[in-house]
Amino acid sequence: MAGMAEEDSGGNALRIATNARDRVRFEEDALALSDQVYRVARHISDSREEAEDLVQETYARAFRSWRSFTPGTNLRAWLLRILTNLNIDRGRRKQRRPDTQPLEEGDYFLYNRLEEATGDGSNDEERVVERLSQDGIVGALSAVPHDFRDVLVLVDIGDFSYQDAANILDVPIGTVMSRLHRGRRILKRELAESTLGDGDD
Amino acid sequence: MTETPCEHCERMMQPFMDRILSVEEQAQAEAHLSECDWCAKRYRFEGQLRQYVRVAVSEPMPPELKEKLAALRTPLV
Repeated sequence: MAGMAEEDSGGNALRIATNARDRVRFEEDALALSDQVYRVARHISDSREEAEDLVQETYARAFRSWRSFTPGTNLRAWLLRILTNLNIDRGRRKQRRPDTQPLEEGDYFLYNRLEEATGDGSNDEERVVERLSQDGIVGALSAVPHDFRDVLVLVDIGDFSYQDAANILDVPIGTVMSRLHRGRRILKRELAESTLGDGDD
Repeated sequence: MTETPCEHCERMMQPFMDRILSVEEQAQAEAHLSECDWCAKRYRFEGQLRQYVRVAVSEPMPPELKEKLAALRTPLV
């Protein structure tokens, strides 16, 4: 009896040590991704404060439920799934109106508008792209409605694949593709408006 | 209404940039781009725009936040 108890406590000690080692590694791996997590959070939420809250909540939850992460799978996607779920739970998107403005113009639209406004049509694309400002881009991105912006940020800024974005947002891959397509168009429309003014001159 | 080659090329731009076109579609777009400077310019612009967006939004994480996150770790006993 005594021998068994000793063996048990030895096994326990080993288990506890292994557990602690796995947890420490998980926490370190997760923290190493925090810049990337923040970058996505910053642009799916509407302010820096919101983004900071969201990232803190995400890490608090991740550290609590680290055991549900399967080692060897995509930790960055796992963290962002927590983050986007928290963001949805906060109910922010309910306040947003859906984007109902028509978008019949094609993908060359922004270039055409900028080139037209830049001069004689002989411009090269470097001069045209120079018309855009960093603030203009940040502002235009924040004007994209949430459903589209989430996908845009995950794929075009976070470098997630369509499939990862679909898993993170829990929507079909076809939805990711159509929202991405539309999100990029909306971004261009917003860029055209902020760079050239609202007038259709 | 039939689509002009440039209209077709415009429609192919996003999937082309995302590298999800089939081999034939990809080759078709490349063939058009090699002879149409008008479309080629717009494709180059799209590439630069995507790059520019990525750079424009890369705001560093506040250092205090990094400290707060580290403080959320389970203390080692």
